[in-house]
Amino acid sequence: MKVLVAVKRVIDPYVRVRVAEDGSGVITKNAKMAMNPFDEIALEQAIQLKEAGIATQIIIAAIGNDNTQETLRKGLAMGADKAIHVNTNSALQPLAVAKVLHKIVSDEQPQLILLGKQSISGDNNQTGQMLAALLDWPQATFISDLAIEADIATVCREIDGGLETLSLTLPAVMTADLRLNEPRYASLPSIMKAKNKPLSVLTLEDLKLTLKDTYKVTTVSPPVARTPGVILKDVATLIDKLKHEAKVLS
Amino acid sequence: MSVIILAEHNHGHCHPNTLHTITAAQQLAAKVDVLVVGFQCQSVADELRLIEGVNSVLLADSQCYNNQLAEPVAKLLHNHAVHYTYLLAPASTFGKNIMPRVAAMLDVHQVSDITAIKDAQTFVRPIYAGNALETVQCTDEKKVLTIRSTAFALAKQGSQQAACVTIDDVIDWQKTRFIKQTLTKLERPELGVADVVVSGGRGLQNAENFKLLEQLAGKLNAAIGASRAAVDAGFVPNDYQVGQTGKVVAPRLYFAIGISGAIQHIAGMKDSKVIVAINQDEDAAIFNYADYGLVGDLFEIVPELIKALS
Ligand SMILES: Cc1cc2nc3c(=O)[nH]c(=O)nc-3n(C[C@H](O)[C@H](O)[C@H](O)COP(=O)(O)OP(=O)(O)OC[C@H]3O[C@@H](n4cnc5c(N)ncnc54)[C@H](O)[C@@H]3O)c2cc1C
Ligand SMILES: Nc1ncnc2c1ncn2[C@@H]1O[C@H](COP(=O)(O)O)[C@@H](O)[C@H]1O
Repeated sequence: MKVLVAVKRVIDPYVRVRVAEDGSGVITKNAKMAMNPFDEIALEQAIQLKEAGIATQIIIAAIGNDNTQETLRKGLAMGADKAIHVNTNSALQPLAVAKVLHKIVSDEQPQLILLGKQSISGDNNQTGQMLAALLDWPQATFISDLAIEADIATVCREIDGGLETLSLTLPAVMTADLRLNEPRYASLPSIMKAKNKPLSVLTLEDLKLTLKDTYKVTTVSPPVARTPGVILKDVATLIDKLKHEAKVLS
Repeated sequence: MSVIILAEHNHGHCHPNTLHTITAAQQLAAKVDVLVVGFQCQSVADELRLIEGVNSVLLADSQCYNNQLAEPVAKLLHNHAVHYTYLLAPASTFGKNIMPRVAAMLDVHQVSDITAIKDAQTFVRPIYAGNALETVQCTDEKKVLTIRSTAFALAKQGSQQAACVTIDDVIDWQKTRFIKQTLTKLERPELGVADVVVSGGRGLQNAENFKLLEQLAGKLNAAIGASRAAVDAGFVPNDYQVGQTGKVVAPRLYFAIGISGAIQHIAGMKDSKVIVAINQDEDAAIFNYADYGLVGDLFEIVPELIKALS
């Protein structure tokens, strides 16, 4: 079974993000970048499926600028077999990303597609669901457990009230939540080996896609900061403040 | 122009998220319809008919919607989208699961997690874990939006009863089967809607110690929340997680206890009215966001607090 994993290059989750003063966006220049954490988890899941003899080939795909190849090399070092880079300088919205991935699916015919549940840059939480719709495939979002037997996948999903278990007939699209697994680190030998794994580069023109321009980000601004508070000396003072200053306790 | 809202409910009752979404919808159009999809959920439709600002309630009540699976629900909503300019749902795991599927079927974008509506096509939403706010102009002919509940007030009961229209579309979808749901039993108010939230982090050390927070929550009639670290370590169930990838809460009073204040946690609670932090590390980032801080051992401070509130 072939597995396709979509990976996005984002600002490292532990970097302090700053907004450009002209409101044009978030400053990415010189920022430390990383594979979107949820996508790392999705890829780890694919690798575990391969180790279990269920997956036969893992393809990773990323859409982004030239630097995106660094993220793909990392994915190859973790254990993916081949990478597809769709090279573009425009920041695509989930609908466009889903359409690009849809094309790749038509070419590669994977049985399982794994994505992250959300990109920590855009926080959209859309792409997997959109791709599933374009394919008319079953979907399982926010998964924290996956077991596959023949063409049936059993998943556990994290939902607001607790957990949900579903079974899906493959092919299917799934999005990874944080507790699905702990992604591995790539070893030095595997980083070396990854340099020779296949990485193909496509452009949006190659895919013959006309994408909509009906979603425009007009400004990006910093959030209103909270005014720093005070350190209190003891519990009695806290209770007093909550009652008489903040008036949130009666 | 008109709006259709996909209602979140548990077949018996409407979820408060739906009522927040109704408030957002009223800023977009005068005609707001609510779609209730489920099985044996007439009571949900009846609740919604009484809400102020609801024009009519559409009820799709069939066994095929029993588990509110994304695939059939999305198809149903898509079938009825033709009559509406806006399609809305709460930005909860329920709405997030279904709405992008509907948007892609309509070949339109979705604008996720909206916190403000500027005009008919301009919306504000947080990105980068709330480190930035993005203003988006969406000019698609139909707009699919998910609404952040904490940013919009709860719609109230009105004096009239809206019409209830039955929809009998049956959608056959065999490729996904529901096996089970394990819902966390709550003896306390629900995290997303509670007035007071007491959250614990890795500093609590184990599940047993969370009982301390339960005692405190009991005194305050509060819900219990947690950081990701506390959930990952198995101290509490996954649905307690507050943050970028968990729940977003904005109670009147939020306690962060033994939580360092990572930006991903802050993303889920920084709109709380008053924040109290208890941490032994005076340099912990959480103190930059807290209105009131106590520096010290939580195992000494929390029992004192419980005593003082008794
Ligand atoms: C993609 C991604 C998504 C994430 N999403 C979320 C999310 O939604 N929600 C979330 O919370 N996190 C999220 N995280 C994790 C986040 O980055 C932090 O790792 C996490 O919030 C830390 O939890 P914590 O504060 O409980 O633990 P720690 O950072 O370990 O902090 C524990 C704190 O407890 C204090 N402490 C210890 N003992 C005591 C004591 N006896 N008395 C008083 N204080 C004490 C310590 O001083 C410390 O400040 C995410 C991370 C990533 C990468
Ligand atoms: N530019 C991209 N390249 C590859 N995968 C992407 C890209 N954008 C989004 N994805 C995938 O879609 C998931 C959800 O992203 P989003 O819908 O933007 O929150 C991510 O976790 C990735 O798996």
